[in-house]
Amino acid sequence: MKKSRQKVFMTAGYDTISMGTGRKEFHPKKPRPGLEEYIREAGQGTLKQIGGGKNVDEGVISNFMAARFNKQGNLAALIPSVDEDLRWKPCCRVEGACGSGGLGLIAGTKSVLAETAEVVLAIGVEVQNTVKAIYGADILAGAGWFKGERKKGHAYFFPAAFSVRAGAYFEKYGREKTRQAFARWYRNAIENARLCETAQEFHNTVENLESLALTEPNPQTFVDHLNVFDCSKVSDAGSAIAIVSENGLNRIRIPKSEAVEVVGWGQVEADLTIPPEDPTWLDTTSRAVKKALECAEISLQELGTVECHDCFTISGLLSVEAIGLAGKGEGADYILAGNTSRQGTLPFNTSGGLIGWGHPTGGTGVRQAVTIWQQLTGKAGNWQIPISPDRPYALSINMGGNDKTVTAIVYRRAE
Amino acid sequence: MKYAERLENVTVLGAAGKMGSGIVLLAAMEMADLSLEPGNESLAFSLQAVDISQKALSGLVKYLRSQVQRFAEQKAAWLRKAYEKREDLIENKDVINQYVEDVLAIVRPATEIEASYHSTLVFEAISENLDLKVKLLSRIISNNSRNAWFFTNTSSIPISELNDKANLNGRLIGFHFYNPPAVQKLVELISAESTLPDLADFAKQFAKKLRKTVVPSHDVAGFIGNGHFMRDALYAVSEVERLAEDFGLVNAIYMVNKVSQDYLIRPMGIFQLIDYVGLDVCQCILGVMNERLPGGRLHSPLVDRLISQGIAGGQYADGSQKDGFLKYEKGRPSGVYDPDQRAYAPFSEITEHCHKALGAPPDQAKPWKSVIQHPDKTNYLRGYFQQLKVMNTLGADLAKRYGRKSKKIGLGLVNEKVADREEDVNTVLLTGFFHAYGPINDYFEGEVRP
Repeated sequence: MKKSRQKVFMTAGYDTISMGTGRKEFHPKKPRPGLEEYIREAGQGTLKQIGGGKNVDEGVISNFMAARFNKQGNLAALIPSVDEDLRWKPCCRVEGACGSGGLGLIAGTKSVLAETAEVVLAIGVEVQNTVKAIYGADILAGAGWFKGERKKGHAYFFPAAFSVRAGAYFEKYGREKTRQAFARWYRNAIENARLCETAQEFHNTVENLESLALTEPNPQTFVDHLNVFDCSKVSDAGSAIAIVSENGLNRIRIPKSEAVEVVGWGQVEADLTIPPEDPTWLDTTSRAVKKALECAEISLQELGTVECHDCFTISGLLSVEAIGLAGKGEGADYILAGNTSRQGTLPFNTSGGLIGWGHPTGGTGVRQAVTIWQQLTGKAGNWQIPISPDRPYALSINMGGNDKTVTAIVYRRAE
Repeated sequence: MKYAERLENVTVLGAAGKMGSGIVLLAAMEMADLSLEPGNESLAFSLQAVDISQKALSGLVKYLRSQVQRFAEQKAAWLRKAYEKREDLIENKDVINQYVEDVLAIVRPATEIEASYHSTLVFEAISENLDLKVKLLSRIISNNSRNAWFFTNTSSIPISELNDKANLNGRLIGFHFYNPPAVQKLVELISAESTLPDLADFAKQFAKKLRKTVVPSHDVAGFIGNGHFMRDALYAVSEVERLAEDFGLVNAIYMVNKVSQDYLIRPMGIFQLIDYVGLDVCQCILGVMNERLPGGRLHSPLVDRLISQGIAGGQYADGSQKDGFLKYEKGRPSGVYDPDQRAYAPFSEITEHCHKALGAPPDQAKPWKSVIQHPDKTNYLRGYFQQLKVMNTLGADLAKRYGRKSKKIGLGLVNEKVADREEDVNTVLLTGFFHAYGPINDYFEGEVRP
C-alpha cells in the first residue's frame, strides 16, 4: 500500500449510551429515543469539543439498515439536523452492514487525504429495538446474500451462520476448551463493560459469569453451537468522531496530545456470493489486518490494545487467530491464558466490545475508534488501561456480514 | 380414524368465551400444524367456532390473530422448515404471516349449532350449566353425521352424569384446561367408566401434542383442581368469620388474603383468586359439588351475600379485573368490600391496623415470583418454613393453620379416590395454580412453641 501523503488524525469522540436489554432505562414497551435523537446526541457530542458545525467541512454517516429498522433512508440529510452550520455542506451515508462504521472512517480519511476536507464529522448509528428480535433477524440477514442464502438459512440467520463456524471449530480443535474460551471471552467483555457507563452491560451484576456463559446451547430454542451469551445484544446507539488533518487540528484548536493518528489501515472486500472457504478462519479479517499492519510498519508486539469485532464469542476467538496472535487452533489457549483480559499482555475490547458495550451494527466501527481514542489519550476514566511506551499502538477491526466487509485501522497517540 | 382425521373437522362450543377462545387457538394451531405435515394434504381442516354472540366472535378473530402471531414468532425456526417448499416465503416475517393466515383460514366463526353436525370432534366450553350442556350435546349427537367424539371443559360436573343425560354412549371425556388455556400447562383428564378407550388414547395424544402436563382425575364432582380450590377458599372464609369477631369482617378479609399470598408464597391471595375466577363461577361450582358430595358443606353464605349485592368479580372483556371481595386499581388490589356498608374500604384505612395485628412477617420471606425463580427453591422453602414454624405472631399462626388445612384437603382428595396419587394433587396446584410448592408437604408438621 502507498504511504499516505499527509497525516490523518481522529479526535473528539463521543458515544451515546448503548440502549437495549440489560440497561435499567430500557423498557421494550416504553417510548425511547429514535434515530434522529441518537444522531443528534452523538454528532453534538463531537461538535461541542471541536467548536461547532462551522468548523466541519464534510459529514459522513455510517448506518446499516435504517431503511428497514426505522423506515428511513437518505440519512446523509440527517447530518445537518445535528447543527445548523452543517447545512449546505457535503455529506454522504455509507453502508457495509456491521462494517459500515469502518467504511465511514475510511471515507472520511480519504477526504482528508484528498485534501477536499480538513475536518470530517463521522457519525455511526443504528436503532434496532424498533422490531422484535425475530424480525430484527430478518433485517440483519441482509448482511448475507439474500438471494442465495436467506431461504435456506435459519430463523436466527447470523447466530446460525457463526454457530456453523463454532461447530466446525469444535470439530477441528475440540469443544470443551473452546467453550471455556468463549465463557472467558464473555466474562472479560462484561467485566470491562461494568467499568464503562455508556455500555449496555454496565448494570450487569451476575456473579459467576463464566458458569453462566457455559450454559449448554439449545438447538430447539436457538442455534446448535452457541447460546445467547455467545452473542452481542440488540442495541440502539450512536457514536461520532472527528477525522482531521494537521491543519484541521489547528482549526479546531485541539492539541495533538488529545488526538490519535491513523498510522495504517486496510479495507478489504470479499465476494458476498461465495461462502467462506474455511469456516474456522476469518480470511478477510486476516487480510485487512495484514494490510493495516504493513501500512503502519509495526509488529504485533507493538500493539497495546485491540478493538475486535466480537459480534459472537467465536468471532472474537477467530479474530485473535486472524490477527496472528495465536496460531490456528490456538486462540482458545491465548484467551484462557488471560492475554486478552484488561490485565493481560494485550487487552481486547476495553469498554466491553460488541458483547459487553453493545452492537449498534452500522455504528460499531465508529464506536471502536472512539474507544481507542479514549484509551490512547488517557480519557477512558474508570476503564483506562495503562498504555506502555513499548506498545503505543492500537488496532481496530470492524467486520460486515460473515467476514465480508472488513476495515482494520492502526492508531497511536499523536505527537 | 387416525389422529389427523379425527381433527379434520372440529367444533368448539362457547368459542368466544374465556376458555373457549383459548381452546380454539390451541386446536386451530394444532390443525394448521397437521396440515403442514406431509401425508395430510388430502385433509380439509376446519374448526367451527360456535358462540351465541356475533360480537364476541369478531373479538375472537382479533384475539386469534394476535395470539397466533405470538406463537408463530416463537416457532419461526420450525415454520421455516414446514414452509420449506414455498419459494415465495423467504423471511421470518413471510412464514409467520403465512402461518397466521393458515390458522385463521381454518377457523369458521358461527352462531348456529348446526355448524357442528359434520364435526369429528366437539369441544364443549360453555358455561358451567348442566342443563344447557345436556341440551346442546344431545342435540348434536342426534344430528351428527361423523360419529363425533366429545371433549368437555367442565371443571366440576361428573363426566358420567353428562354422558348419561346427553346419551353420548361413552363418546365423552373430561379435558379440563386451566385459564388461560394458551398459557397454563395443566390439563385435567377425566375418563368416565363408560369413556371409550380409543377416545382416552386420542385425548392423551392431543394433550401431548399441545405440550400440556396431563393429570388424570377420577370422575368426582370438582375433580382435583376445584376439589382443592373450593375447599381451600371455604376454609379461608371460615377463618375470616373467626377473625371477624375480633377484627371486623373487612380487616379479616384483608388479613387472610395477605397471609395466603405473602406468608404462604402464593401468586395471589385467596380472595384475589376467588375474584379472578369470579364469585358467581365459584358459587356455581360449589353448587354442583355440594349437590353431589353430601355432607361436605360446600357452601358459603358470605359468597352468596356478595353476589346478591351485585359483587361478582371475573373479568371485563379487555381482560381487566372486575371488583369482587377486593377492589382493583390498575389490576392491583386496593380495597376490601364491606357488605354492611355496601362499599369498599380502601387499603389505606386498613393496612396499618392489620399489619400490626399480624405482627412482623418472617424476615426470610420473599415474594412468590422470586421464589419460583430461585435456583435452590427446595432449600429456600425449607429454611423459610423452618423460620415460620418457630414464630408465634398472629400472621405466622394463620399461615401454619392454613398450610396444614391445605395439606389435609390434598390428602382428602387422595383418600376419597379423586386423585390417584399425592403427587397428582401437587402437580395440579403447581402447574394449574402456579403454587411454589405442593399442598402435600411436611413444611407445617409438628407444632413448635418457643
